[in-house]
Amino acid sequence: MTTTNLETKNPTSGVSFLKNNLREYGLLISLVAIMVFFQMMTDGTLFQPLNLTNLILQNSYIIVMALGMLLVIVAGHIDLSVGSVCGFIGAVAAVLMVEYEMHFVPATLICLILGGAIGAAQGYWVAFYKIPSFIVTLAGMLVFKGLALAVLGGSSVGPFPADFQLLSTGFIPDPFSGENLRVLSLVVGILIALGLLISKVRDRADRIKHGMDNEPTAFFVLKNLVFVAMIAAFSYLLSSYKGLPNVLIVMLLLMFAYDFVTSKTTVGRRIYALGGNEKAARLSGIKTERLTFYTFINMGVLAALAGLIFAARLNTATPKAGLGFELDVIAACFIGGASASGGVGKVLGAVIGAFIMGVMNNGMSIMGIGIDWQQVIKGLVLLGAVCIDVYNKNKTN
Amino acid sequence: MADPILEMRDITKAFHSVKALNNVNLTVQAGQIHAIVGENGAGKSTLMKVLSGVYPAGDYEGEIKFLGEPCRFRGIADSEHKGIIIIHQELALVPLLSITENIFLGNEQAKYGVIDWNTSFLKTQVLLKKVGLKESPNTLITNLGVGKQQLIEIAKALSKEVKLLILDEPTASLNETDSDALLDLLLELKRQGIACILISHKLNEISKVADAITVLRDGTTVASLDCAQESISEDKVIKHMVGREMADRYPKRTPNIGDTVFEVKNWQVHHDVHADRKVIKGVDLHVKRGEIVGIAGLMGAGRTELAMSVFGRTYGQGISGEVLLHGKVIDTSTVQKAINHGIAYVTEDRKGYGLVLDETIAWNTTLANLEAVSSHMVIDEGAEFKVAEDYRQKLNIRSPNVFARTINLSGGNQQKVVLSKWLFSNPEVLILDEPTRGIDVGAKYEIYTIIAQLANEGKCVIMISSEMPELLGMCDRICVLNEGAFVAEFAAADATQEKIMRSIVTSGVN
Repeated sequence: MTTTNLETKNPTSGVSFLKNNLREYGLLISLVAIMVFFQMMTDGTLFQPLNLTNLILQNSYIIVMALGMLLVIVAGHIDLSVGSVCGFIGAVAAVLMVEYEMHFVPATLICLILGGAIGAAQGYWVAFYKIPSFIVTLAGMLVFKGLALAVLGGSSVGPFPADFQLLSTGFIPDPFSGENLRVLSLVVGILIALGLLISKVRDRADRIKHGMDNEPTAFFVLKNLVFVAMIAAFSYLLSSYKGLPNVLIVMLLLMFAYDFVTSKTTVGRRIYALGGNEKAARLSGIKTERLTFYTFINMGVLAALAGLIFAARLNTATPKAGLGFELDVIAACFIGGASASGGVGKVLGAVIGAFIMGVMNNGMSIMGIGIDWQQVIKGLVLLGAVCIDVYNKNKTN
Repeated sequence: MADPILEMRDITKAFHSVKALNNVNLTVQAGQIHAIVGENGAGKSTLMKVLSGVYPAGDYEGEIKFLGEPCRFRGIADSEHKGIIIIHQELALVPLLSITENIFLGNEQAKYGVIDWNTSFLKTQVLLKKVGLKESPNTLITNLGVGKQQLIEIAKALSKEVKLLILDEPTASLNETDSDALLDLLLELKRQGIACILISHKLNEISKVADAITVLRDGTTVASLDCAQESISEDKVIKHMVGREMADRYPKRTPNIGDTVFEVKNWQVHHDVHADRKVIKGVDLHVKRGEIVGIAGLMGAGRTELAMSVFGRTYGQGISGEVLLHGKVIDTSTVQKAINHGIAYVTEDRKGYGLVLDETIAWNTTLANLEAVSSHMVIDEGAEFKVAEDYRQKLNIRSPNVFARTINLSGGNQQKVVLSKWLFSNPEVLILDEPTRGIDVGAKYEIYTIIAQLANEGKCVIMISSEMPELLGMCDRICVLNEGAFVAEFAAADATQEKIMRSIVTSGVN
């Protein structure tokens, strides 16, 4: 019975295309809707340049970890230890830089390598011994929480060298020394928007050349104009304060890199195959165990990077750093459309998911909603987002 | 003639705008075995879902009369209460519970919620005797073979005072002995007055047991045949099913056989879990250029184990022996190495082992040979699209384009996607494990044509199958595997079903 309606080839009209792809854009639309909602509820505070900058700084480490977590979830696993690893790496960084007065470059490298080693140590059991990742990383969560305490000796260590703090608190330089507008930041923002636009147009030309189905031209133009306008407006707002934060640049680079890897490369393709059907992947010549192992190493490195960003932002390493981060990171991935059973999920989805959480945190704090009700609302949003996703999926099948 | 036990009249069921069933009529006489046949997608399963209440009354149009009363089932519980019990193709047993626990699952012999294990145990013993199964009621389901699990399902149905038993492809994953046992049981139940609806692709089974046959095609009833009044040939049924005369069930092929290309020598494999059990006991196999070699054998003979152990050691441990290609020993210790040497293995279970169902045709087609459509690890989507589109047309995969998700394809088309995947890896040796299982007659013919064409192109084909007619129709040579060793080998011209069966049965005696 399914074959009969598959036979008919329906031309992609604007409306039907929008209907079919609503799920893809639905997330972005929800983010915009939530931002507009809080913009009104906070009397315009949300979009103030200072607040936007804060929003990025506050969520950078969650987004960095969400990139790695998405791969882990797509591969069919979970990592509960990222919060603890984050805190532990922050503690190690503090000890190296503050107590041993090491220069921040080697210290950062050591921390990233240590993060990779932690990921490897956990991934080893998951990949080669088939121990459920939930259990391995739950153990890791306890171990690294404890180790962070041990390294810090139970007290906070800081402050960090000024150079290192710039990772989180610095902004890209402003050679034109504009008084009210950081020109370079604005230029960089617009260049990014144009770069994206060019790559989209080339992608589309390539698809047309091969006779692949495409979205309607009008829709394509409209979508990308809105997109470019949004990025330009966003960078203008940021430029009118202190410019683009360093950490935003780091984040964007990682985001583009991971989006590219997951959607365009063989490694990315294989991770989706691994999560979608491990047996089929293995019988297609994919080294499933090694791939799982690598996704955990990757997660460890990103958790370490997030730990460094967080430590630099607080300017101290505290034993409580990283507490509960794993929940925000995992929630971001699931809000972003990842499937708990693996094989499904997109990098940009996870990033948007993280921003949805971040905007809600920020907006509700400005509105003066207590931390108690914030948690309740965030929990309900997570459940609601996943319910809508499952409902849509059932409908299309 | 007595009143019919079941009458379904003018059943129409639509999904969105597509009519899956269109004015279907089905009448089952009391105490008869009624077969329903039709190609995949003809509406058999949908009809049974209407009957068993999976699609509740109001969701479809038409009338159902059971035992003379009109029925409006709101769910499975309703229809089961009346004595209509359906056994699905995918068995619904809990592997880690015992036979007793499974039989009374949802129907526990309990007082105030406390289970009476003694009664349950005794009742189970009686039921097992009825279905002819010699197992302790405490045996866990996971320790039973598929054939026995099927019998447990029937025992479970009997425990609910079944009046009409519906079996959906009950013998699809059974070997001939188990199938025969199951069919005999159906005949026995018939003598006890239990009517039965049998959905099957296997026409020889149907002609053996059925009293009446209803043929569905594209959601309508195209024929209702009464086996008592007319003699019904398989060809006639096939004609109704596909709507055309099938002159040949297998494509004509003139074998053009060359030198030996692929050899397996003294291959020995131990069981995946129980290291002391030898599953393959020193097998020698060779395939020539352009030859189709069949491997016959019963379920559990070690056919899949042989194939998988050769293909990247994906099954077993303690493997020894040699694999040769063009007379040179090759290393097939990982799947990647096996693929690089030009070996492809089309798995038995296409959903579990063959496809990533959530993904598209194009995506699945290139999965085993991504390097060919990418440079520096970056996938060229245009090239991928071209490759997939090419195979879609060559193998006649029915879908609007290559971006259809494979989960939405019918079994035959899914199998073609799996074949595309392996053809794209450009193999010299193709191992096909049950390539036509669960596929309708029309699609089977297409798959056979592809296989014949591959052999003509000079590829070596090894075909594993439980359907002997298929092996006889397609292969140049048939090797018979039994208990991990080859017990006989026949040239195509000499082989008959009887000879193959005899070689299996007599080998066990020694």
